[in-house]
Amino acid sequence: MSDHTEHRWVTPFNAVAAMIMGVAAVILFLRFTQGLSATTNLTHDYPWGLWIGFDVMSGVALAAGGFTMSAAVYLFGMKEYKPVVRPALLTAFLGYSLVVVGLLVDLGRPWRLPFPFFRQAGPTSALFEVALCVGLYLNVLFIESTPLALEWLGFKKLRKIVASLTIALTVFGVILSTMHQSSLGALFAITPTKLHPLWYSEHIPVHFFVSAVAAGISMVLVESALSHKVFHHLAETPPEQMDKITIGLAKGGAVVLATYFAIKVVDLGLGDKWHYLGTGWGAWYLVELLGFVGLPCILYLIGFRERMPRLIRWTALWTVIGIMLNRFNVSFIAFNWQLETRYVPHWMEIWVSVALVTGGIVVFRWIASRMPVLYEHPEYKGMH
Amino acid sequence: MSVSRRKFLQGMAAGGATVLTAGAAKASSIKHFDGHPGRFGLLHDTTLCVGCRSCEKACGEVNADSLKQVAAVTVGDKPKVDDKKRRVTPDSLTVVNAYAVGDKVVYRKHQCMHCNEPCCASVCLVHAFEKTPEGPVLYDPDMCMGCRYCVTACPYYALSYEYDDPVTPRVMRCTMCLPRIREGKNPGCADACPTGAITFGKREDLIEVARARLKKSPDDYVDHIFGEHEFGGTSWLTLAGTSFPNVGLADGYTHTSLPEIGTGFLSVVPLVITIYPGLLAGFYAFSKRAERIGEEKAKAAVVETLMQADEETKAKLAAAAKRATKDKEQAIAAAVKKALVEAEKKAAQAAAKEGASS
Repeated sequence: MSDHTEHRWVTPFNAVAAMIMGVAAVILFLRFTQGLSATTNLTHDYPWGLWIGFDVMSGVALAAGGFTMSAAVYLFGMKEYKPVVRPALLTAFLGYSLVVVGLLVDLGRPWRLPFPFFRQAGPTSALFEVALCVGLYLNVLFIESTPLALEWLGFKKLRKIVASLTIALTVFGVILSTMHQSSLGALFAITPTKLHPLWYSEHIPVHFFVSAVAAGISMVLVESALSHKVFHHLAETPPEQMDKITIGLAKGGAVVLATYFAIKVVDLGLGDKWHYLGTGWGAWYLVELLGFVGLPCILYLIGFRERMPRLIRWTALWTVIGIMLNRFNVSFIAFNWQLETRYVPHWMEIWVSVALVTGGIVVFRWIASRMPVLYEHPEYKGMH
Repeated sequence: MSVSRRKFLQGMAAGGATVLTAGAAKASSIKHFDGHPGRFGLLHDTTLCVGCRSCEKACGEVNADSLKQVAAVTVGDKPKVDDKKRRVTPDSLTVVNAYAVGDKVVYRKHQCMHCNEPCCASVCLVHAFEKTPEGPVLYDPDMCMGCRYCVTACPYYALSYEYDDPVTPRVMRCTMCLPRIREGKNPGCADACPTGAITFGKREDLIEVARARLKKSPDDYVDHIFGEHEFGGTSWLTLAGTSFPNVGLADGYTHTSLPEIGTGFLSVVPLVITIYPGLLAGFYAFSKRAERIGEEKAKAAVVETLMQADEETKAKLAAAAKRATKDKEQAIAAAVKKALVEAEKKAAQAAAKEGASS
C-alpha cells in the first residue's frame, strides 16, 4: 500500500522534528559527558524530576490504551472497537519504547539496566516489579504489533502464527499492565512522610491503575482524532463509524473517571484528610480532583448523551493532561511538601522530553503511512 | 524483626516477580527478630551539642579516600539559625544544623540513621544495600544502577547522589565508619566530639544510657528517644530538650517500618498472576458464549424462515401434482378413448373387408 502516498523527506514537520532531535542530541551528549547535574535541576532532595514524572510515570499511564483496547475487543468481545486496536497497540509499543529510552537517559549508570535480572535482584522493590513487567510487556507489545510489519512485508505464515497468539498475548498483557501500572503508584507507598497526605494513600497502587485506564482510553481518543486528521486518506473507517466509536469510548471514559473520582473521595474519608482541603495544598488538590477528574467525567457523559464527538475529543485531551498533572504532583510537586526547596525542571529536561514525544510521533507517522495501521490489509480483511 | 521480615516480604514478592532469580528468595517463616544482638549505634544528645562542627571535619578526614571531594570545614564556625538548612551531600556525609527553639539555639547532627529495617535496602531493585550484623547499612556502588529510588525513599533525607559524575556516580551516605569499627575504633565523629554529645556503643547500651539521662534530668529533655522505635528503629538515637519536629525530624514517623508499609502491596502480585488468567478466560468465555448464542439464534431464525418457505412450496407442489395427476388421468382417458375408437374402426374395416371377399 506504500504507493498510496508519496513520501517526501523535506517537509515542515520533518524540519521541525529534526531541529528538536538535533538539539536533544547535543543535550544528551552533555548529559553523558558532564553528568546529570549539567542538564537537569535534580537535587539530593528531588532525585526524580521530569524524566521520571513525565517520561516514565506519564508515559506508561498514557500507553495504557494498548491493553485496555485489546482487552475490550479480544477478551470482552466489543468488536466494534476493532478499528482502534491497532493504532492503540502501536502507540503503546512506541510509548513503552520511549519510556525505556527516557529511563536510560535518567539512570546514573544505564548500561547496568540488565543487572536486576541477570546480576542481583531486589524483589522487595516495587521498582523491580515495574522493571520486570515493563520489560516483559514491551516484548508482548512488540509481538502484538508485528502483524503490521508482517502484512506489509507479506510474511503470511508468520502472520498466521502471531494471530493465533492473540488471546494469550492479550491476557498476558492485561496481567502485566495491572501489575506495573499499579506498581508505579506503589513506588510511593514507602514515602508516607514525604508525599503530601492528599496524594499519599496506602491504596495509591489502585489509584494509579484506575487512572491509567482512564488515561489509556483518553489517549486512544486523542491519538485516533489526530491520526484520522493527518491520515484521512488512509483511514478506511468511515467518519460516522469513528464517531460511534468515539461516543462509545466516552461512555467508558466517564465510567472509569467516575470510579477514580469515587476512590479518591473514599480515600479522603478513610484517611480522614478532609482538613487538608482547607490548606493551599488542598486547593491545588481540588484543582486536580474537580478540574481534571470530575469535570472531564461530566463532559464525557454529556458528550456521550448528546452525541458530541468534538466535545469528547477535547475532553480526552483534558483528561490526558489531568493524569499527567497527577503524576507530576506525586513525583515532584506534592513530594517533599514539608521542604522549602522546590524542583522546577531545567529547560534541557523539558527539551529532551519533548524530543522523545517528537520521536514517537515521527516513528508513528512513518509506520502509519506505510503499514496497515488505520486500515485493514486487503488480503487479511475480517481476520484478527 | 528487621532482617527476617524483609526476607519474608522478599519471599512473597519473589514468588511472583522473579523466577529468574530464584536464589535470592527464601520464604522464611515470620518470627519476631529484634535485629542482631550487640549491634552498634550512636547517640546524639542535642542538649550537649554546641554546633562546633568538629564531627563534620572528622567525618571528611576519615572518609577522605572514598569522597571525590571533601567539603572544607572550619571547626568553631557554628551554623546559624537563619542559615539555609544544609543537608548531607557527596562531599559532606554529615552536617550540623541550627534550630531556634524559644530563645535557645539547638544543634542537630544529620547523617544516615542506619535503620533497623532500612527502606533504602528494600526499595533497591539490585539489592545494593545490606544491613550488616554490626549495625551499619552498607551500599555497594558496583551493583548500583543509579535509579536513585533509595534517595527518593529515605524519610530522613540522609542520602545524596553524585549528579556531576557521568560514568561512576554513587549514592553517598554515612557508613558509620564500619572499617574503623572493625578495627576496634570509634566512628570519626564520635572520637572528634569535644562535648560528649556523640556516644558510640552497642545500641542496647545506648538506649540504657539515654534512659538514664531522661530519668536523671527530666527537665532538660522531652521524654522520648528518637530512633528507638521510629519506622522500626534506627541505629542513630537522638535526645532533645524540645519536641523533635522543632529540630527537623518531622511528625508522622510511625513505629511500623517503611519496608512493611511500602512493600506489603507486592504480596498482591502472586494473586494477580494466579487469578487473572482464569478471570480473563471467564470474560473471554462470556463474550464468546454471547457471540455463539447470537449466531445460533440467527441460524435458527434462518432455518425457521426456510422451513416456512418450504411448507408453502410443498403446498404449491402438492397442488401442482394434483393438477398434474388430473391432467394425466384426463390424458389417459382420452388416449384410451382414442384407442378404443381406433380399435372399433379397425374392427369395422376388417368386417367390411371380410364381407367383400366372401
